[in-house]
Amino acid sequence: MAMGIKAPDAPRGGRHSTPAAPLGRRVFLQAGLSAAAGVTLSCTTGPAGGTWRFFTPDQAHTVDAICERLIPADQDPGAREAGAVNYIDIQLSKRFKKHRRVYQQGIEAVDTASRQKFARPFVALTSEQQIEVLNTVEENSPAFFDLIVAHARQGFYGDPRHGGNRNRVSWKMLGLPFPPVRGREHYKG
Amino acid sequence: MALKHVDAVIVGAGAGGGVVAKELATAGLSVVLLERGHWYSAADCRKDDLYNQRTQVLGARFGPGEERDPRVLVDDRGREMLVSPSDGGYSNNAACVGGGTFSYGAMAWRYMEQDFRMRSTYGAVEGSTLDDWPIGYPDLEPYYEKVEWEMGVSGDDSNNPFKAPRRKPLPMPPLAPNREHQVLQPAAKRLGLHPFDIPMLRNTVPYNGRRACMRCRWCVGFACELSARTGTHNTVIPTALATGNCELRTGCMTREILLDNRARATGVAYFDGRDRLQQQPADLVIVCGGAIESARLLLNTTHRLFPAGLGNRNDWVGRNLQSHSYAGATGLFDFDTYDDLGPGASIAISDYNHGNPGLAGGAMLANEFIRLPYQFMAQVPAWVPQWGKEHKDFVRNAYRRTIVLMGPVQEMPLFDARIRLDPKVKDYWGIPVARLSGGRHPHTIEIGRFIAGKAEAWLKEAGAVQTWKRTPPKSLSGGQHQAGTCRMGNDPKTSVVDRDCRIHDMDNVYVIDASVHPTNGGFNPGLTILANAYRASEALVKTWKTSKARS
Repeated sequence: MAMGIKAPDAPRGGRHSTPAAPLGRRVFLQAGLSAAAGVTLSCTTGPAGGTWRFFTPDQAHTVDAICERLIPADQDPGAREAGAVNYIDIQLSKRFKKHRRVYQQGIEAVDTASRQKFARPFVALTSEQQIEVLNTVEENSPAFFDLIVAHARQGFYGDPRHGGNRNRVSWKMLGLPFPPVRGREHYKG
Repeated sequence: MALKHVDAVIVGAGAGGGVVAKELATAGLSVVLLERGHWYSAADCRKDDLYNQRTQVLGARFGPGEERDPRVLVDDRGREMLVSPSDGGYSNNAACVGGGTFSYGAMAWRYMEQDFRMRSTYGAVEGSTLDDWPIGYPDLEPYYEKVEWEMGVSGDDSNNPFKAPRRKPLPMPPLAPNREHQVLQPAAKRLGLHPFDIPMLRNTVPYNGRRACMRCRWCVGFACELSARTGTHNTVIPTALATGNCELRTGCMTREILLDNRARATGVAYFDGRDRLQQQPADLVIVCGGAIESARLLLNTTHRLFPAGLGNRNDWVGRNLQSHSYAGATGLFDFDTYDDLGPGASIAISDYNHGNPGLAGGAMLANEFIRLPYQFMAQVPAWVPQWGKEHKDFVRNAYRRTIVLMGPVQEMPLFDARIRLDPKVKDYWGIPVARLSGGRHPHTIEIGRFIAGKAEAWLKEAGAVQTWKRTPPKSLSGGQHQAGTCRMGNDPKTSVVDRDCRIHDMDNVYVIDASVHPTNGGFNPGLTILANAYRASEALVKTWKTSKARS
């Protein structure tokens, strides 16, 4: 029996990999997914060296810096080391397409605020200055701010398969046992 | 093009439709079971914390898809929003074989005697359409037992003095208590409460040829890797198919019920998995799409005799949309409460379901399912800064040291909490979509505050060093426990279906899902939907056989 539409899976794919119809959007999405898998790998050296799917390199730098302030490194890694920006970039090219405009305007608002306050782009500011800018942005662009807070959390605390939480850094921080499925060994063999 | 005629066509293969399919097919009726979603299996458990049925930030894993099934939500200020399944206001329930029972947490509650007699117990509540069910607990009791033994329920409510009488105990023991349970149990006793093990549609020992729960953390919202959690997809639906009398067609979106000149149903029209419009002729049409989609289908079925939709002569279809208003509290402890033993939810009390001074009802209270790290974000209290070092510190320190108690507050139904058809927006197939509007009754919120206070007191007694409450918002309540939109009643003027779930004035169209609940209990509704489906199916088969014998 023909299956109707099915939400696109992550690169590994699922059982229902060949839909009958209609194909247009789905083929496009699948092409995007293979590309996404590539980015996940190419970005492991950090945003500067990667190929971005949605962001320009400058935008990626800025988003990476914002995320790091939202979830900063301390005795444990922060959003930068987890690759939260990588997660956001990948999702903006598929699930989060509807948020593209908000991101573009939001990133611009961050840089405008940075230049007005400190005459430098956001990425060039000190941590304290960045926090000050973000306080302003939280006040003036709440839609963008709420969104990026949620997405940074997803990219930090969520499953690594989506491009964030590199090396499960947040799960290690929380002491979450790994491998993630207890009990399975009872049923092996 | 018309397909081969069958005795019965069932729209929706969830909790209600699955049971009906099995009962009809085993009674010898030929059945077509239509499901708009897919049939997933244990192999579809991807353990993805951002893409499942509980956390839908990357979509609703078990349907519906994001693109084809929009709805319109009207908020309390009259603003219209186009919403997708993963948006909060959409009130999504899974669209797949098994419906909600495929990925739910599987609590298997019997409602209490008062839950069927809310109006008689509490009198009229101003502004609410609160009413009694046309059936009582004794009418449903044998069918509760049937679900518990036929599908398989574990747990132990023998320590619950408030429960309605049962003839047989549950067939399976509860899981061994997790750490939260061990902390909460003595505290409840000290408070004079009556804690017990939550009944669950979950194998704790091998049962019905399926294995026992392995206690992983990927439970509610996920496919069960072992198929140890029980839904209609791994019980009654396979049984129905094994009779040879039932055909399941997935990926099929029903457009309308077909009616002849005298408004007698002759079948349904649906779009198959290749978007071809099909007609399935049948003597009986049984609508089991869940409270929003069932009402939508009736409203999309018009006729000279039913210009405002099937069964809607008195404007009751789509009204009284209700669910549960979850209320409770989170407690922070100075020792680890997390032990990674799924499913997490384990201990409950029923002390506050009824008999609360000045309140028309209440809720059971139970500890929550395991919170995965991203889900834990929702537990961070409002006084913690939402970003920066303080937030991270809080999460790091609190993640393994919290207990969450929540209760599904029984809601006061509102006539204006409703679904209509949107006049403009249509879905992928060109079918008018559901337009949701209305809010919550203030008394529901008042009960929620009371329940949250009781949760907080229990956590404090258990040693919580800090607690914070969660109370229900004013916005429309729907979601997975959606109910009430095709009320069951004796009076056709104030209800949609009769006590046998047959639409008033219709010979051969039934609604068998939570749509028919006049009120929704202070408990998760799954077991009641299943039990009522067994009950209504039995009556349906009896009527069918009598009419066949006559003709």
